[in-house]
Amino acid sequence: MQMTQSRSVWRAPELSMRWWPVFLRNLLVWRKLAIPSLVGNIAEPLMWLVAFGYGMGALVGKISVDGTPVPYILFLASGSICMSAMQAASFEALYSAFSRMHVQKTWDGIMNAPVNLDDIVLAEMLWAAFKALFTVTAILGVMLALGISYSPKLLVAWPVLLGVGITFSCIALIFNALATGYDFFTYYFTLFLTPMMFLSGIFFPLEQLPEVVRLISSWLPLTNAVELVRPLFMDQWPTHVLRHALVLVAYTVGGFWIALALTRKRFRG
Amino acid sequence: MSESILSVQHLVKRYGDATVVSDMSFEIAPGECLGVIGPNGAGKTTTIRMCLGLTVPDEGLVTAFGLHMPRDALAIKAQLGVVSQFDTLDPDFSCAENLLVYGRYFGLRDAQIRERIPALLQFGSLTHKADAKPGELSGGMKRRLSLARALVNNPRLLLLDEPTTGLDPQARHLMWERLQMLLSEGKSILLTTHFMDEAERLCNRLLVVDHGKKIAEGSPRDLIAQHLEPDVVEVFGAGALGLMDSPLKALAVRVEVSGETVFFYTLDAKPLMQALVAYPQLRTLHRPANLEDLFLKLTGRQIREDA
Repeated sequence: MQMTQSRSVWRAPELSMRWWPVFLRNLLVWRKLAIPSLVGNIAEPLMWLVAFGYGMGALVGKISVDGTPVPYILFLASGSICMSAMQAASFEALYSAFSRMHVQKTWDGIMNAPVNLDDIVLAEMLWAAFKALFTVTAILGVMLALGISYSPKLLVAWPVLLGVGITFSCIALIFNALATGYDFFTYYFTLFLTPMMFLSGIFFPLEQLPEVVRLISSWLPLTNAVELVRPLFMDQWPTHVLRHALVLVAYTVGGFWIALALTRKRFRG
Repeated sequence: MSESILSVQHLVKRYGDATVVSDMSFEIAPGECLGVIGPNGAGKTTTIRMCLGLTVPDEGLVTAFGLHMPRDALAIKAQLGVVSQFDTLDPDFSCAENLLVYGRYFGLRDAQIRERIPALLQFGSLTHKADAKPGELSGGMKRRLSLARALVNNPRLLLLDEPTTGLDPQARHLMWERLQMLLSEGKSILLTTHFMDEAERLCNRLLVVDHGKKIAEGSPRDLIAQHLEPDVVEVFGAGALGLMDSPLKALAVRVEVSGETVFFYTLDAKPLMQALVAYPQLRTLHRPANLEDLFLKLTGRQIREDA
């Protein structure tokens, strides 16, 4: 009898609700560490916001966004919250997921139970997005307290930022699947995420950039996230919603698909 | 299909040019403990991984409870308990939380699991450690927590990959006692081990594997009777190796040398023991042949002399 069927790692995801207990597991660990991790997650972005927003803001004054003058602090806040979503999701889907996958062998233990790898990857992806949402929510709370924006459309920005978290956790899981150690992630942060922060219109308007760079920038996931979120902070509806959303969806779907394939490859012993 | 609880037929696994498992077949009957013994790298863990659907075999068939792996992997795993070679306990959770969280992976309701936790902790002799984290446990306690965790779904078959490696004798004996309890409850066990005393004590039947192949199969007693002479005389001390050239060799069916010790395998040790009286400087140990002798004979790790 033969059973020779080496199924392609690129086959469609086989997902079920079995991701939920894996997500719950991460939630239970996090509940024990939530407060210290919260401080770590929001302290740095807030320091940037306050230092740059008020410090630079005093120098810069107002910035024009599509013809509307905007206080620099609002310009920065609406961009940097996307950056925070990106960083929170990336950190969780890299360092923390790698700890569970490789160091603690938590995934191996789970796969001895009736949960398949695809559901574990989905759980980790959603978990990292949840962490991003949590961070974003805390920062939004502080921004409201500081009176940076009272736009009712922040209620729309909130789920959009969850989407941004999902996009970046999918991309990060690709690098998680490829990692041999924690050092590997330094490359991802310094060579990919940090340059993107400067090319996505968070700190200064994209109009400042040369045409070629702007063209590249317009395809970066973070740029598209900022384009969706910033108008909502200004109590306006974003333009080209479909285009920006499609770019993010493409990164999300493509990222998850590649991440899943590479993770399957990693675990295919 | 026979009434076996797990059936492995003609499994083959290759990595590049290396064949790590070659034409492996065995079955486990309900209530049976099957031991797989073999040196490191013999293909034991790969075989277990194929039974779990974690490694896809190049050839062959795995069925369990009448279901096919890997097609029915989830349905099979729902009835399996697994203790892997290295603990995968959650370091951030207490013992009780480890059991709760693991039970959820089987789709069990929290109330159901919580009801089982006291008995599981008691089974692992961990009741007093319910709130301790794995980092605070001894090696033996961790292994027993892994075993208790593998029982959370009340499995019919347990796959145990070297469950006592690295444990001290007390912890090992406690583990054996627990495994015997499970067997007496009617559970089936597939066990890999390096320890011959463990295999002899727990297993109804043994597979000896080496280089990915099954090289012998049978009950521990039958295997010894089949492959070995009943008596072994070990001789060591200054000049022991000189016996290889002495007429004493004729008193044994087989003579082997390992390090500084000469092993005489014989049907009757009496004449040999009497002859050895003439060598007072040598120390002798006369004992029945055991699984370790079998293992060494079959896997060929000793320096052999042509008999």
